[in-house]
Amino acid sequence: MSTTQHRVLGGKIVQPSSRRQSTSVFGNLDWFTVLIYSVLVALGWMNIYAVVYSPDNVVNIFSFDINSGRQLTFIAAGVILIIILLVVDYKVYEHLAYPIYGGIILLLLFTLAVANPVAGSRSWLDLGAGFRLQPAELSKFATALAISKYLSQVSLRQQKMKDQMILAAITFLPAVIIILQNETGSALVFGAFILAFFREGMSPLILIIGGSAAAIFILTLLVPKLYLLIGIAALMGLAMFLDYRLMRRFKTMIALFVLVVGMVFSVDYFVNDILQPHQQNRIKALINPEADPLGYGWNVTQSKIAIGSGGFWGKGFLEGTQTKFDFVPEQSTDFIFCTIGEEHGWVGSTILIALFLLLMMRIVYIAERQKSVFGRTYGYCVVSVIFFHFVINVGMTIGLAPVVGIPLPFFSYGGSSLWSFTILLFILLAIDANRNRELVR
Amino acid sequence: MNYLENRKYVIQAIFLVVGVVYALRLFYIQVVDSSYKQAAETNAIKTVIQYPFRGLIYDRNGELLVQNTPVYDLMIVPKEARNIDTLRLAGMLDITLEDARERFKKARAYSWVKPSIFQQMLSTQDFAHIQDNLIDFPGFYINARTARGYPHQSLGHALGYIAEISPKQLEDSTYAGYRPGDYIGKAGIEMAYEKYLMGKRGVKYKMVNVRGIDKGSFKDGAYDTLSIAGQNMVSTIDLDLQAYGEHLMNGAKGSIVAIEPKTGEILAYISAPFYDPNLFTGKDYGKNYMQLLQDPDKTMFNRPIMADRNPPGSIFKLTQALIALEDGVIDPNTRYACNKSLVNCHPHPSPLDLRGAVQHSCNPWFFQAYKALINQGKSKNTFTDTSIGLRDWREHVLTFGFGKKLGIDIPGEKSGIIASTDLYDRVYGKDRWKYSTIYSLSIGQGELGVTPLQMANFMAIVANKGYYVTPHLIRSIGEDGKPLAENYERHYTSVKPHHFDPIIEGMAEVVRAGTGRKASLGKVGITVCGKTGTAQNPQGPDHAVFVAFAPMEDPKIAIAVYVEHGKWGGQSAAPIAGLMIEQYLTDTVTIKEQEKWVLSREYLNIRSK
Repeated sequence: MSTTQHRVLGGKIVQPSSRRQSTSVFGNLDWFTVLIYSVLVALGWMNIYAVVYSPDNVVNIFSFDINSGRQLTFIAAGVILIIILLVVDYKVYEHLAYPIYGGIILLLLFTLAVANPVAGSRSWLDLGAGFRLQPAELSKFATALAISKYLSQVSLRQQKMKDQMILAAITFLPAVIIILQNETGSALVFGAFILAFFREGMSPLILIIGGSAAAIFILTLLVPKLYLLIGIAALMGLAMFLDYRLMRRFKTMIALFVLVVGMVFSVDYFVNDILQPHQQNRIKALINPEADPLGYGWNVTQSKIAIGSGGFWGKGFLEGTQTKFDFVPEQSTDFIFCTIGEEHGWVGSTILIALFLLLMMRIVYIAERQKSVFGRTYGYCVVSVIFFHFVINVGMTIGLAPVVGIPLPFFSYGGSSLWSFTILLFILLAIDANRNRELVR
Repeated sequence: MNYLENRKYVIQAIFLVVGVVYALRLFYIQVVDSSYKQAAETNAIKTVIQYPFRGLIYDRNGELLVQNTPVYDLMIVPKEARNIDTLRLAGMLDITLEDARERFKKARAYSWVKPSIFQQMLSTQDFAHIQDNLIDFPGFYINARTARGYPHQSLGHALGYIAEISPKQLEDSTYAGYRPGDYIGKAGIEMAYEKYLMGKRGVKYKMVNVRGIDKGSFKDGAYDTLSIAGQNMVSTIDLDLQAYGEHLMNGAKGSIVAIEPKTGEILAYISAPFYDPNLFTGKDYGKNYMQLLQDPDKTMFNRPIMADRNPPGSIFKLTQALIALEDGVIDPNTRYACNKSLVNCHPHPSPLDLRGAVQHSCNPWFFQAYKALINQGKSKNTFTDTSIGLRDWREHVLTFGFGKKLGIDIPGEKSGIIASTDLYDRVYGKDRWKYSTIYSLSIGQGELGVTPLQMANFMAIVANKGYYVTPHLIRSIGEDGKPLAENYERHYTSVKPHHFDPIIEGMAEVVRAGTGRKASLGKVGITVCGKTGTAQNPQGPDHAVFVAFAPMEDPKIAIAVYVEHGKWGGQSAAPIAGLMIEQYLTDTVTIKEQEKWVLSREYLNIRSK
């Protein structure tokens, strides 16, 4: 592969950078990110083994009869996937962003039409020979590509209503289909792109309003309404007292407060009358899992017990009793963090959190060094998705987030999830490895 | 552009805040709050009590009295129990449909996934029946364990029984170490020797999964302890004699206690009506227990040690004579006329010496002898003199084991009553009573209460000529088979040995030619010494008493037979004693006509005078 070919292929004038040290995509690859990725995948694999490990029936970690053996094949397939992603011309991702997005949307619709429900979810596509694929996982990177492509052409700062509507449509079309597939949890991920939009110029008000709305929602469930409203009124009064500009917008503030009152009262109605019973239970479980520890509170209670029993240093690799003996449900997929918490204690848990923080910080760093808006936006889309998964997945195991069935990136058992995150991340690394071939626009 | 780039700090700050909040939250639940560790232990580590094999009990000839038999608990896992034909299940277990539904509810309330007991203690027969049908009842499992079994259906009152420890006992520090659901001796030998029989519990820490399925030992069993089986015991009971006695008393009410005089070993211990101790081991334990408890014949009343309200009747004349001899107020040749104006009597030759008085049980004779004993003239005042006499007499009586607990090795023993100066002072006032008030004591009536055990023990004293060994039911504990020293201590009476001779000779006459002829074993060359008695019963027909020991020359067995409403000792109690003695000494019964007479129960129909 030569630069000449790129020039022709890309159809743009590419000026070789003087800082470029290698012509090979592997030479320019961000190996630091690859290292964190590898560590997470390897740790995930070991913990998947720890989940199925049983002292009275020891099965080899490589055995295909158990999840760890199968995960190893997923990892091997992932490596092949990585090589393909890296050797393919990086321009493809930008140029084919819309076709890829369109294809995935069609695949989602196709899945919705033909899928046999698995535990109420119609998101799995049967590939035959025992293999199944969840196209919803693939829609994340496709949507990220489409968003980045669109944002590289328009600017959010121009605040054109039409552009914003189109962007919202790109973002939420796959989410709607996924909700129809009855995978509400996966659909929520698309809300995470708000971080990328924020970086690209979206008004911070939306972030603040969104955050405040979420806070009010949860507080309504936790605190008696009267106290909550008095508290909010006091806060608003304090803000007005401190900032004279707000004082002049007195009517707006009053309107805002009325809005809050309306929201507080509609949350009750929403939770008790609109949500489906299993969704209600997830919210109740978050607020007070002890109310029904054997029913809706089971997952959260058991997962907290597993993690809490780990102590400072943990019980040691393969020594956990809670995750191993099925007290925690979905232990190798959604609740894999419990295994870390139990067997490796606070130290292990914190190291894992640090690893994710490091990865996310590194991705932000990578995104910021892109010369193209496409590359940068894509980087932020990647980190948004990973962040959302991390927040919800770890949060639900320690009772800080509702139980939403989404996996821990790179860590949880499952091919679809592993490959989807691998694709998401390594498209960014491919773009990043070739960043110096881009002109600053 | 620049100000937008700064937004990366906002985003990074959000990441950091979340990371720190999560790490702090983890620190709280993992390091600060220890409740999760306990919860995890109760979750996954099951403490399995290794119940030791409870000690077995053998009779004096090595015959097994108490064993451990397998019983089966029917367990249910509600989650797996789907589409259950409740009606059929109820039919199989012989319970009502409502009862079955109630048990389902209880099991579900306990746990959806963990097994709980649906029906406990199914017998091997029930189990065999249910096992074949179990396939139609998913979620039901059988859990085998052991319960007590009594192969001979005998000796219930002495053996006692075991049952679940009561909530009250659990609070008692004496029972520290017991847990709810544990079985504990509740009466008899099972209770008295609980600490030997129970053995030592072992604890096994097992890891279980969410469904309670065993997943191996915890830390390779580093904290496990082995259970140590309870100690086997050898009882003093002779099972053949016991069974024969129960056979004789079947349908009657009363007691038989037989003791080996030299050792105090109880050979037979019968409380009639008796019950099959196996009633207390099966699934109907509660029902059976309540039934027996409410039964009008008072089956659960442990008569040999608890029936202490009955006067001993004429057998007490022997005690009176012995004390009178010891005090020197009579000698073997002292004669008294049968003066019926003093107290009623029946026709017999008169006047009689001591032997004759014993043989004919002459009431006036003992009236006069007892008067000589009580009123020895130690005070000029008749009232004071009587009081002194009674006090001294009572001291003698107590050395015979009357009026106090003998200390038999099972719980529940009563002490009986022996008239005292305090008692009469309370009833009549101090110095307001004299011999004419208390003369019925002379013939064993009045303010006297003696348990059948005390009567048998009294016979052992006579046989031993002056001492007794505390009657007991357990000879040895454990493998070495050495008798328990504390059970073989001799207690001497205040009467010297030679005073017993004329009494024993009189008793031999009672059986040979007196009121106790139905106990005679002259045919097989065994001299039985005995004494009949009749305990007056204001509520109905009198109770019959017969005490005896044999052979006269070298006593091997002392026995007391008490038949409620048996009217005369000679008619009902004496033949039973004779049969028991022959059975014990010769292992056969030749006096078949007596056996037939006893089993006919015709003595219950003899009309009173």
